[in-house]
Amino acid sequence: MGPDAVLGALVAELLLETNMDRPQHSEARSGSIRTFGVACLIMLQAVTPVFAQIELSGSWGARNYSDALSNNPGPRWLPLDFMGLPLNATGLWRGLIYSPSTISMPERICSFYPPIYMLMGPFGLKIWNETEPRNGTTIAWHINGWEDRGPTTIWMDGRAHPSENAPHGMSGFTTGQWVDDVLTTYTTHMKAGQVRKSGAPNSDQVTMTTRYFRHGDILTVTARIDDPEYLAEPYYLTRTFQLDVLPAIRTVGPPCIQGDEGVAEEVVPHYLPGKNPFLDEIMKKYGIPPEASLGGAETMYPDIRKKIKDKYKAPEQCTYACGGPGGFPLRLQ
Amino acid sequence: MRRASIVRKTGILVSAVLGLLAWQLPVSAQNAGKKGATPVTPKAEAPFDITGYWVSVITQNWRLRMVVPPKGDYMGISMTADSKKVADAWDPGKEEAAGNQCKGYGAATIMTAPERLHITWQDDNTLKMEIDAGMQTREFHFGKWTPQAGNPTWQGTTTAVWESRERDKLQPKAKYLKATTTHMLSGFLRKNGVPYSEDAVLTETYDGFHEPTGEDWMIVTTVVDDPKYLERPLILTGQFKKQKDATGWDPTPCSARW
Repeated sequence: MGPDAVLGALVAELLLETNMDRPQHSEARSGSIRTFGVACLIMLQAVTPVFAQIELSGSWGARNYSDALSNNPGPRWLPLDFMGLPLNATGLWRGLIYSPSTISMPERICSFYPPIYMLMGPFGLKIWNETEPRNGTTIAWHINGWEDRGPTTIWMDGRAHPSENAPHGMSGFTTGQWVDDVLTTYTTHMKAGQVRKSGAPNSDQVTMTTRYFRHGDILTVTARIDDPEYLAEPYYLTRTFQLDVLPAIRTVGPPCIQGDEGVAEEVVPHYLPGKNPFLDEIMKKYGIPPEASLGGAETMYPDIRKKIKDKYKAPEQCTYACGGPGGFPLRLQ
Repeated sequence: MRRASIVRKTGILVSAVLGLLAWQLPVSAQNAGKKGATPVTPKAEAPFDITGYWVSVITQNWRLRMVVPPKGDYMGISMTADSKKVADAWDPGKEEAAGNQCKGYGAATIMTAPERLHITWQDDNTLKMEIDAGMQTREFHFGKWTPQAGNPTWQGTTTAVWESRERDKLQPKAKYLKATTTHMLSGFLRKNGVPYSEDAVLTETYDGFHEPTGEDWMIVTTVVDDPKYLERPLILTGQFKKQKDATGWDPTPCSARW
């Protein structure tokens, strides 16, 4: 419970006690105390920005510019595009054996959609809060589910994360707190899946710290992803949303449903080490050498440009997923 | 017993409210009543330490930012038909010949470039941002500053304010930097020639935060408003990690090809 909630609870308790302690002869005095308590509550609301919670409720339309290659619907990820992704050696090895057919396995069909997908996917956010009925404090923030991505509940009531042995789910488990007027959340208990749709893995030990910065009608969301199994450094992703009035974004989306896409039970689509046919796909398509295309922490920083300057050969003309006027979606639900 | 409890809790509540009142007042308000107190400057009021060396951390739109993408790659830009005409005619050789190799380093997109920043307080009211990519310099002017008349520049003129997220509160506390930039030369939103016009207006926000693991980070959100070349405002973001020193600082001239 935060300091504002403690003070609110104190006022509520005081009011409750004055109601219980109500012999006829002290009616006037208890009434004064109640009035004082209510005044304190109003003052607290007015003068305590240091504890304030910023309003996040509403429909936030996606503005898919900062990561258009990821957020924009359609074919934009080539297999083994790990540029700017701090994979460690194990993560790279796991990525290199990846086959796009993996997601046809019933148990892998939903692997693209851990909570991380909120940063990677195309859709907007519907955010609302759930309040404690007596004092109005926020118990939880809710973020809608999308097509395939599960809904997120951000617990604000100070509860602990489940045991490390507890089951992992599509939504993970998230707690939150306000830090300098920024909702800062921490997600654990996610399922193993894909941290990028090009085949980069995330383990079930992955955690995500997310910050929601509100600037008027713009919401900037930054996530830090830590994965002791597959990442050498934290992986940061940032995207923006804009408050919309109409149409409202749905509070629920259809869940990811497992199905039979014809992969035999005993088959695990994969490529053996060194046999992935997509290994030079990025070089052929975009002229970017493997030093950069296969990722690693150093590809996040500007110095990587010196390494590839003499090897990069830009194609003459864009021929694949090139965008253009009128072709960019303003918002998807 | 109960009355004693009420009196005790009322006392606690009064103390708590008074304490909060004193705590939440901005330093400037607390100093206002002091005789001879000097006005608090933007430098002193900074809600986070924005100074120092910062390195960009590029994990998104990588091949559109780290290298010059191929001609015609406009993914992620809400461009107009007029913009496409200009971009389709992009020729880096002609830009170099005309001395316009810094078009891809203008204020509208320079915060998304692979680069390092060196930010200092030039004076109590002015932040100076040196950028090694393209050897550019930006100035952020706080307070009642009037831009000098003159020709537009790549970085334009920027006014700045420490902004609060709490607009309805009596004493809002500033939490982030908000900057507005105008008077820019026409430049490129992407180095492959997607233009923005001289009428473009930038609104930027700078959010700083400290990780429990010890690192300081800054997230820059840039809204580019340019009705001539954008169907709707373009919103871009940049991620920066603070460095302990100038390691990697590498001033490099503008290039139209790299």
